[in-house]
Amino acid sequence: MNLTPDLIVYWQMGFLKLNATIVFTWLVMLVLVVGSILITRNLSNNLQRSRWQNALEVVVITINKQIEEVGLSQPQKYIGFLGTLFLFIAVSALGTIIPGFEPPTGSLSTTAALALCVLVAVPLFGIQETGLGGYLSSYTQPTIIMLPFNIISEVSRTLALAVRLFGNMMSGAMIIAILLTITPFLFPIVMTLLGLLTGIVQAYIFFILATVYIAAATHSSKTQTQKKAAQQPETQKTNESNL
Amino acid sequence: MLIDWFTVIAQLINFLVLVWLLKHFLYRPILNTIDAREKRIADELADADSKRAEAEQQREAFQQKNAEFDQQRTTQMNKVCEEVKAERTRLLEEVRQESDALRNKLELALKNEQLSLKDSLSQRAREEVFAIVRKALSDLAGTSLEASMADVFVKRLDALTDAEKTSLQTAFQESTEALIVHTAFDLPKKQSIQITKALHGLLGDGVAIEFATDAHLISGIEINSHGQKIGWSIADYLTTLTKRVNDVMLSHNAVQDQSPELEKSQEQAS
Repeated sequence: MNLTPDLIVYWQMGFLKLNATIVFTWLVMLVLVVGSILITRNLSNNLQRSRWQNALEVVVITINKQIEEVGLSQPQKYIGFLGTLFLFIAVSALGTIIPGFEPPTGSLSTTAALALCVLVAVPLFGIQETGLGGYLSSYTQPTIIMLPFNIISEVSRTLALAVRLFGNMMSGAMIIAILLTITPFLFPIVMTLLGLLTGIVQAYIFFILATVYIAAATHSSKTQTQKKAAQQPETQKTNESNL
Repeated sequence: MLIDWFTVIAQLINFLVLVWLLKHFLYRPILNTIDAREKRIADELADADSKRAEAEQQREAFQQKNAEFDQQRTTQMNKVCEEVKAERTRLLEEVRQESDALRNKLELALKNEQLSLKDSLSQRAREEVFAIVRKALSDLAGTSLEASMADVFVKRLDALTDAEKTSLQTAFQESTEALIVHTAFDLPKKQSIQITKALHGLLGDGVAIEFATDAHLISGIEINSHGQKIGWSIADYLTTLTKRVNDVMLSHNAVQDQSPELEKSQEQAS
């Protein structure tokens, strides 16, 4: 039994290799993309529409609302990244009910890659909203002394994201595998159901944390900019009064 | 080592590709569709609102028109009722007048008929009376009555005034022809001589006198000559009486003809 699907290698040529993580990732990607194409091929903007379209609209609208509720006022700008995170992790977790399926999120490499994406996306969205200076100055808040701590926080939360997801997914798969060897068939099924719930919850946690980080980056940058803009006229006034 | 960096890079790329693909094939179409539907629903709602407003406006306009129509109808009905009432009164008045005129005409015609009947009856009665009188007198006439009448004739000649005598003399003296004395019956000798004497006394002895009978006189004496006539006969009496009665009847009828006109003028005045 492997701790991570990275260790299941189907093909290797030097540095390049094709392991189970990548293969099952492609599988998940294929399911998501082909499913999306099939459903969105015949979209109807009438009141009558297909059940699949309804289901997909429910998913997309729910993600959109969640992003909006967290504090991002223009969710359509972030749904591409954040929605994909959720769907990828959720579909990977749902795939565990298929025998022989190795969830790609059970690999620390995948979760690390996702966490790195979040790590890069947060400053990118922050800079996009308020500019480079505005974003960087958020690290020195409330004082410059906090700069190293903010940087450590940034790195540690990325690490936490990766490890949390990996730990949960890996442990779920691991528990099912162990239980299959020592208990009758019924109990692993219950554990699989529990694993499904855990997987969906993890997908939601990963998605909501990433959203919160981005919201915090864009929001804090915005508030600082607004504060500065508000302070400038006041300082000008005091200077004028001093003169 | 749990982290395989090649796999990390590969997963990074895989994830970014997936982001792009889902953005292209999932989020954008779905969000666009939802936006289009929302826009369509909003448009339909706005359209429905405008149509409802329009319908409300039309309903109000219709109600207003209906009220106006009702009012006009009521006014027209009242007007027509008034006109009908006036026309009815006028026609009734006209009919009443016509009936009054007809009644008056009828009454007049009836009265005229009564009058004419009365006239014809009175005329007939008169004629009958005269005929009976004439018949009675004709039956009574005779030689003795003729003799009496000759006496009366002679007495009358004697009783003439001077002026009358002169006038008679002037009229009869110019004539050269004989005077013809008409009687209904042949006079007795005594009366003939008496009359001859009386005439000679009045006109002179030179006047020739002849006697003739005329049944039309009924009874009496008549002398004719040169358009002059002296006589006293029952026929003359009857003729004069008939003429007078006719005059009286004519004057009476004239008074009766005038009386309806007088009544009418009195009614109009009242």
